[in-house]
Amino acid sequence: MLKLEKVTTGYNTKAILNDISFTIKKGDFLGVIGPNGSGKTTLLRVISKILKPWKGRVTLEERGLDEIKYRELAKRMAIVPQRMQELFFSYSVRDFILLGRTPYLRRFQLLESEEDLKVVRGVMEETDTLGLEERNLEDLSGGERQRTVIAQALAQEPEILLLDEPTAHLDINHQVEILNLIKNLNQKRNLTVLMVSHDLNLAAEYCERLILLKEGRVFQEGSPQEILTYQNIEKVYKTLVVVEKSPVSFKPHVFLVSGRNKRKQV
Amino acid sequence: MDKKLIRWIIWILALMGLLLVVGLFSLSMGSAGIPFKKIIPLIISGEKSIEYSILFDIRLPRIILALIVGGALSVTGVIFQGMFRNPLVSPYTLGVSGGAALGVSLSIIAGFRILPLAGFLGALGAVSLVYFIARRQGYLRISMLLLTGVMISFIASAIILLIMSLSREHQLHGILFWIMGSLEESNFPLIKLVSLIILVGIAISFLFSRDLNVLSLGEEEALHLGVNIERTKRTLFILGSLIAGVAVSVSGIIGFVGLLVPHFMRLFVGPDHRILLPTSCLAGGIFLIASDTLARTIISPLELPVGVITGILGGSLFIYFLTKKRLKLGK
Repeated sequence: MLKLEKVTTGYNTKAILNDISFTIKKGDFLGVIGPNGSGKTTLLRVISKILKPWKGRVTLEERGLDEIKYRELAKRMAIVPQRMQELFFSYSVRDFILLGRTPYLRRFQLLESEEDLKVVRGVMEETDTLGLEERNLEDLSGGERQRTVIAQALAQEPEILLLDEPTAHLDINHQVEILNLIKNLNQKRNLTVLMVSHDLNLAAEYCERLILLKEGRVFQEGSPQEILTYQNIEKVYKTLVVVEKSPVSFKPHVFLVSGRNKRKQV
Repeated sequence: MDKKLIRWIIWILALMGLLLVVGLFSLSMGSAGIPFKKIIPLIISGEKSIEYSILFDIRLPRIILALIVGGALSVTGVIFQGMFRNPLVSPYTLGVSGGAALGVSLSIIAGFRILPLAGFLGALGAVSLVYFIARRQGYLRISMLLLTGVMISFIASAIILLIMSLSREHQLHGILFWIMGSLEESNFPLIKLVSLIILVGIAISFLFSRDLNVLSLGEEEALHLGVNIERTKRTLFILGSLIAGVAVSVSGIIGFVGLLVPHFMRLFVGPDHRILLPTSCLAGGIFLIASDTLARTIISPLELPVGVITGILGGSLFIYFLTKKRLKLGK
């Protein structure tokens, strides 16, 4: 169980997140939505201990993150960043995924153990990256690359997977492919998922619960039906929309209204 | 996996073989021609002839020094390029060479004789300055480290120019000669000491080869994978500076080796630092032995500065391979 208690943090002296509290239980599939600058990525950074809370605390199974070493944290929590750093060396897909075993290797251990290789083979099967093994990372398409990055995160054998806009820059085919993969992991392995997303409809479709952020505060938390109402979206995104039910999944679906998004009202 | 390990072992054995061949060849080359076939009997008999003395008191120390210095510069190049994720970083980028040269220049005009010590202290001073400027609230900022290093180097060279413009002719010659770099060092105990420090440094750096792999993905990524990046960066920076500083203090500034050899080896063995570090170390030694052999024989009995050879030979070879075999240097 991951818990945020009244967390306030930011960069330099500017607070980005204010008094954030929520809990993620084992096996949850939680989505974080909100406009640009509402603090979504910062939230992931404070949960993954890149950023320290100024006030409040983040706990994992009742233990504060400051008591947990990075190495231990890396065995329990993995993150798929929004955009992979430009790589200066060309790793093969297999070598890149193997780096996910880093927290399990000891200082004097030069090579990965049989166990490490077994885990990596397993996640490569799961993410359908076995066929890419010898390819170079920069020669992959967007979808293949994202599967590879997810495979590396899974090689850490985490209980919690954090995803920062995993479907940005992907076409709909690959968006669905990636999210189906994550949903599958969530259901089969009971993997806890926290996903930051800009795509309200994808978030509604896949997440069980949503947190709507506004200017660094939790505006509302609840099921997609509760969160994605036209009133909420108008208040938080300042955009006029129509919300209907998807005829397939009966989840809410947000429609834009062109030409009328900035309504002036008293 | 076993396939990978076997490939690594073959690379290391092949380079060791090459090192032996190049070393023996270099031993036989020189103004006093000693034919190749006479060397092995000489080693075995151990007879104290003039030829024996030329081989083992003059040429062998020089070959050992070339091996150690070449290895040290290449390993530092690998460490810094990996840590800074930047293909243009060399062992000298962070102020090691500038500081050492400044130390030596100052001691030459002050009449202080122990130049290696002066060079080492200069390097140490410059690098510590860079380190403390780039450090804030316990964080070592990589971009700041790089910029500060470059600036400190510039300031050092400006001061050296000032010193040179004010110094007398024989002092000027001494400074220039040192800056050009040379592997002529007759002090055998000094070579032993330097070798020992460098070998220990290289051995420790091998323990960080997997950390370098992870660090090359980016700092936050490394943190996500459980690497204590502040400790790792600090250790690697100190280790690299120490190895390069010691090497520079005996040999002067021999350029290009530390920049080129890592790229060369990355081309052949790939980006994994577990194999890149040991092969670069061997290849750097081989390359510097070969360059130094050329430098002392090409217009014999006169000697060229070895930096001239490493620059021309290394640079051209590198461009050749760059165009021949598409090299990935990032973007």
